[in-house]
Amino acid sequence: RSTSGAKPESARARGARSERGERREGERGAAAIRCVAYNNQSNRLAVSRTDGTVEIYNLSANYFQEKFFPGHESRATEALCWAEGQRLFSAGLNGEIIEYDLQALNIKYAMDAFGGPIWSMAASPSDSQLLVGCEDGSVKLFQITPDKIQFERNFDRQKSRILSLSWHPSGTHIAAGSIDYISVFDVKSGSAVHKMIVDRQYMGVSKRKCIVWGVAFLSDGTVISVDSAGKVQFWDSATGTLVKSHLIANADVQSIAVANQEDSFVVGTAEGTVFHFQLVPVTSNSSEKQWVRTKPFQHHTHDVRTVAHSPTSLISGGTDTHLVIRPLMEKVEVKNYDAALRKITFPHRRLISCSRKRHLLLFQFAHHLELWRLGSTVATGKNGDTLPLSKNADHLLYLKTKGPENIICSCISPCGSWIAYSTASRFFLYRLNYEHDNINLKRVSKMPAFLRSALQILFSEDSTKLFVASNQGALHIVQLSGGSFKHLHAFQPQSGTVEAMCLLAVSPDGNWLAASGTSAGVHVYNVKQLKVFEYSIPDKHYTDWSRTVQKHGFHHLWLQRDTPITHISFHPKRPMHILLHDAYMFCIIDKSLPLPNDKTLLYNPFPPTNESDVQRRTAHAFKISKIYKPLLFMDLLDERTLVAVERPLDDIIAQLPPPIKKKKFGT
Amino acid sequence: MVEEENIRVVRCGGSELNFRRAVFSADSKYIFCVSGDFVKVYSTATEECVHILHGHRNLVTGIQLNPNNHLQLYSCSLDGTIKLWDYIDGILIKTFIVGCKLHALFTVAQAEDSVFVTVNKEKPDIFQLVSVKLPKSSSQEVEAKELSIVLDYINQSPKCIAFGNEGVYVAAVRDFYLSVYFFKKKTTSRFTLSSSRNKKHAKNNFTCVACHPKEDCIASGHMDGKIRLWRNFYDEKKYTYTCLHWHHDMVMDLAFSVTGSSLLSGGRESVLVEWRDATEKNKEFLPRLGATIEHISVSPAGDLFCTSHSDNKIMIIHRNLEASAVIQGLVKDRSIFTGLMIDPRTKALVLNGKPGHLQFYSLQSDKQLYNLDIMQQEYINDYGLIQIELTKAAFGCFGNWLATVEQRQEKETELELQMKLWMYSKKTQGFILNTKIHMPHEDCITALCFCNAEKSEQPTLVTASKDGYFKVWILTDDSDIYKKAVGWTCDFVGSYHKYQATNCCFSEDGSLLAVSFEEIVTLWDSETWELKCTFCQRAGKIRHLCFGRLTCSKYLLGATENGILSCWNLLSCALEWSAKLNVRVMEPDPNSENIAAISQPSVGSDLFVFKPSEPRPLYIQKGISREEVQWGVFVPRDVPESFTSEAYQWLNRSQFYFLTKSQSLLTFSTKSPEEKLTPTSKQLLAEESLPTTPFYFILGKHRQQQDEKLNETSENELVQLPLTENIPAISELLHTPAHVLPSAVFLCSMFVNSLLLSKETKSTEEIPKDVDMEEEKESENSDEENDFTEKIQDTNNTDLGEDVIHQLSKSEEKELRKFRKIDYSWIAAL
Repeated sequence: RSTSGAKPESARARGARSERGERREGERGAAAIRCVAYNNQSNRLAVSRTDGTVEIYNLSANYFQEKFFPGHESRATEALCWAEGQRLFSAGLNGEIIEYDLQALNIKYAMDAFGGPIWSMAASPSDSQLLVGCEDGSVKLFQITPDKIQFERNFDRQKSRILSLSWHPSGTHIAAGSIDYISVFDVKSGSAVHKMIVDRQYMGVSKRKCIVWGVAFLSDGTVISVDSAGKVQFWDSATGTLVKSHLIANADVQSIAVANQEDSFVVGTAEGTVFHFQLVPVTSNSSEKQWVRTKPFQHHTHDVRTVAHSPTSLISGGTDTHLVIRPLMEKVEVKNYDAALRKITFPHRRLISCSRKRHLLLFQFAHHLELWRLGSTVATGKNGDTLPLSKNADHLLYLKTKGPENIICSCISPCGSWIAYSTASRFFLYRLNYEHDNINLKRVSKMPAFLRSALQILFSEDSTKLFVASNQGALHIVQLSGGSFKHLHAFQPQSGTVEAMCLLAVSPDGNWLAASGTSAGVHVYNVKQLKVFEYSIPDKHYTDWSRTVQKHGFHHLWLQRDTPITHISFHPKRPMHILLHDAYMFCIIDKSLPLPNDKTLLYNPFPPTNESDVQRRTAHAFKISKIYKPLLFMDLLDERTLVAVERPLDDIIAQLPPPIKKKKFGT
Repeated sequence: MVEEENIRVVRCGGSELNFRRAVFSADSKYIFCVSGDFVKVYSTATEECVHILHGHRNLVTGIQLNPNNHLQLYSCSLDGTIKLWDYIDGILIKTFIVGCKLHALFTVAQAEDSVFVTVNKEKPDIFQLVSVKLPKSSSQEVEAKELSIVLDYINQSPKCIAFGNEGVYVAAVRDFYLSVYFFKKKTTSRFTLSSSRNKKHAKNNFTCVACHPKEDCIASGHMDGKIRLWRNFYDEKKYTYTCLHWHHDMVMDLAFSVTGSSLLSGGRESVLVEWRDATEKNKEFLPRLGATIEHISVSPAGDLFCTSHSDNKIMIIHRNLEASAVIQGLVKDRSIFTGLMIDPRTKALVLNGKPGHLQFYSLQSDKQLYNLDIMQQEYINDYGLIQIELTKAAFGCFGNWLATVEQRQEKETELELQMKLWMYSKKTQGFILNTKIHMPHEDCITALCFCNAEKSEQPTLVTASKDGYFKVWILTDDSDIYKKAVGWTCDFVGSYHKYQATNCCFSEDGSLLAVSFEEIVTLWDSETWELKCTFCQRAGKIRHLCFGRLTCSKYLLGATENGILSCWNLLSCALEWSAKLNVRVMEPDPNSENIAAISQPSVGSDLFVFKPSEPRPLYIQKGISREEVQWGVFVPRDVPESFTSEAYQWLNRSQFYFLTKSQSLLTFSTKSPEEKLTPTSKQLLAEESLPTTPFYFILGKHRQQQDEKLNETSENELVQLPLTENIPAISELLHTPAHVLPSAVFLCSMFVNSLLLSKETKSTEEIPKDVDMEEEKESENSDEENDFTEKIQDTNNTDLGEDVIHQLSKSEEKELRKFRKIDYSWIAAL
């Protein structure tokens, strides 16, 4: 068979998918983005979601989701900020300030601010102080110490909740947005200097309340506020007067972010529009400058709850769960990678595992797991056909977690008889027994104390070993036999470092285990002899093929792809084939074929029409299919069958609350 | 009168007023607009045309105020000249000959002695913006050949070019890009929008551009209805723009207010939108302006806006968005179905106007008298929507009745037809709907005519339709017990072998009705509705049918589609004569036996005027128009002319107007168009040019007395009294600032003298000429008095008595000037 022969197999898998797709329900991806915080030093972006999940994206590394902290039902984040360089803090409606450990990927500590739910938080320009705004109208100042934070004092208490906070770049004053007014505080005395009343009028109608959703204090003393009446207003903090008002939306303006140079800022509205404001000179030969609203961006369907302004891009996120990174064209030097609009919806992690032997798929959701048996078909058809199912897919198992914590990771063994999953505080292992069509689930009790929480779980190919990457940085190997387990070995992290392992892979013969952590090094362990080999990035030993690739270079279109590859697998019978996929495409690389050069067509969306066409297409190594949108998971089931899991965006949008209704002209 | 002159075909008004943006004078008292080969000056307060500046020999394509003297106006034309006018007096000051076709004109205050024009040199669609240096010279005609290209490959329309920030840069748009040329740096920046390749941006084309008067901000209008506000455009990388979107169809024009605080836009929606502070949410509307807004302009004083509409209308709008005046020309937006008619009362030309309206257009004053709303429905402006069309109209009973037919046909089988009958109400001085008949016929109505016989006791209307019937409608008074209300009902339905009825017409005395059924003409007795006689020539379908008049009333004329014109004798019921003539238009003259027929050979149109009784035509003029003539009409003259030459006699009692396919209204005339301007409007201007000061009241009274005297004396042809504003001493007195005037005691005698009438009449023509020369010398010395001397030149050839006074007062006036000069220097010394 030719190498493009993978097509009929995937067609079969699509048959199964389309059947199952109807019954998919799930929360994964449906948690709205609440806050984003951009760190200029490391070029990283922290994103928090309404379920309490916090994700860290590396903007330098192709917007890859590097780290994540699992959510918790009671920890609804309302504010997120970076302080002291690399320290990440969040605060939420449970009244706690949380600091995250970015190395060990767990929560360092949580501290109650004793002011009721916290609505806003801001780190001082000097990075040494943290300010929180609480439900009871108090603004509390915390001192950041090297390993904790310490309460310093309260500012003058206001009548209603403090929804937004902003420091003056010099650190002497702060602006606090509340309901119906903005207060300006003197940091030294802690007293309110000015109280600026915001107009409740909205298009001639007086609204009940005007909520100041966001404030920004500029170095020239201007305070910019955004409010629920759809206004962006400029205030002079020295006199406490309104300078200019822009009415930009019929609904709330919910967020604001100012660039470091203070020459542009971005606001997000509840209508899903993001507006960009720029400071431009009034005339070419005068020094007078004015703020003008420039471009609107409509990349969201729902509320834009939060925005961030990196030096080269505008970042926005909201209820529709997308993280949108829109580069500023004037800041981008050349048209490449960085000039493209990014829309990140799915986590860059594995959420689905599959049992090849029994054709089972395990889906991981925030608070439950689902086990499905794939349907099958006996029909055959042409390339591109969707085949009818002779046996429908079965929903075998629905496993709900106990407690408020989200599931971090899960795995099903290749033989299909073990399921393991972990939350932030507990590790679960189940054994499955199959009796005809019935299924029997039994929890393996008495897990050892060190297996409290896992970042990644993997079974060996023959399902006899379980590999667990714990959040302490250790790797555990557990022997499974019958209904019992035995702890074989623990690879302890190198002394002094607490580096969490996020990725695990095992060789098919079970002898070698590879693990990769947050510092981008790859560790290879010999499971039999229990030794450690480490291949760090600079002196990695490449194969001949990868040397050729390095020398030859990739096709320019391949390099212009902007989504990270989420899964790589090998064909067991054809070692020359590499199968990989990201959210938008699936690719088979045939190492035996020559690499494409820039002149050849990399991707042809149309199916081959005749034999010569097939010949021409097999001329280079990359075989790409883009029919799946978006592709969540793809793996080889056996040597003739591929399984692919799609997650249609419409399903996610259907689960969201309805967006603000806007009259569309002509309807 | 002037019999020796040849009859020429002349354009008689009705030219486009909306061809270019109208321009306001500096004080907002006048508005200028191009109109064919002329520039028209209208008063913004009275809507009256006060001057027609004529001098260009081809289409005028641009007008601008002289930025250095706001009492002067530049105009450019396709004839390759730029002319400078004194618009207050309607005088041509200077002509600059450029030599190539000029398509648009721009002036910038900072560019002292040059103006900008659009020319195209090579290819038909490639235009350049060039600056023309206007040489300083005293002669009337100056060659201006010093051109330098500013921007190449621009759009022809002047809406696509705008000068900004006091002439620092110029912005031009075309297709998908905006170019900005900076005069100081001599660089061009170009900004391109993504073009039609992307479906989402398919209609991104630029349509117009405007520059902010104070800030560096360019507004551009687009095909998809968006307005973009460009800023920071000196940097090709850091430029940025904002979108304003309200229009659903293309933005036709944009204008900033004088202070730049608001932006005005308009388009097909016929709504003027004012964007305040250039923000999307803060906008005001002036809706229901009637037709597509083609141009928007703003007065330099900032108190008025004006919009030019596609229905040949200029609206003057106050700053607070209230329409204050309408200058309406002949509506030429749409195709004419009703043909040309003459309202017997007002003698106005009546034809299709705005959608669903009949317009009454005064041929004498070249303006629309009023619109009669026939359809009485809101017009929905949407592409592809099939509208109700006003297809037929006819006046009857000396203008007492008006019948109209409207139809809408979406599909072959779905026809909506409505006939309305309107009665003239003396009380309201207008037409009032009397009867509405839904579906008077099963198929389209092809002809409609009233019985206009003087003796007929009952108004009668006949309609002919494609459904094979003709119907006779009469006025009855059966609607209520008091028998006071009247309405129309169908009296008789006639048909002939199920042929389609194509034409109908009554004989002059109303005794006979002729109805043509395709190829056959039938004659019916109007008393009994009996079929009297049929004529059949088998020469194709009858296209036109009319009875002869006066002495020729025994003849019936019919023109067929196969190009045969036949004349039947009604007494003998036989064919009198026939001629091979492809008649397009056949119109009888109501005041004579003459019938005008316009035939269309392969190219052009020929006019034949003939009497049915005579086989030889009275008058033939070949090639009256290059295009197809669609409609014609005889308009009775108020005062009969007295052409003695036989060929022109047909023009004695009526004038013939005709309308070509491109909707230009033409007529035959021997006069030059200048004579048409009525003297009243000139006087109107004089009155307005005076400021309302105590002097004005004195002078106003004085003039009233003068006018009265003038009226008395004009019959006796006595010496005409001079008009005060023409006396230099007084005008000098009025124009000199009060603080530099010599003491009143000194001036008193001079002033009184100048107002006195001189008794003696010198018949010396040399004296004024000498003075003229002196004046000219003086004018060379000082530029500011330029127009003043023109004024004097103008008044010289009016009357002798006046000249004497001029001559007397001029010496004094020179003295006055000396004072003025002395005083100025004294101020300068300070």
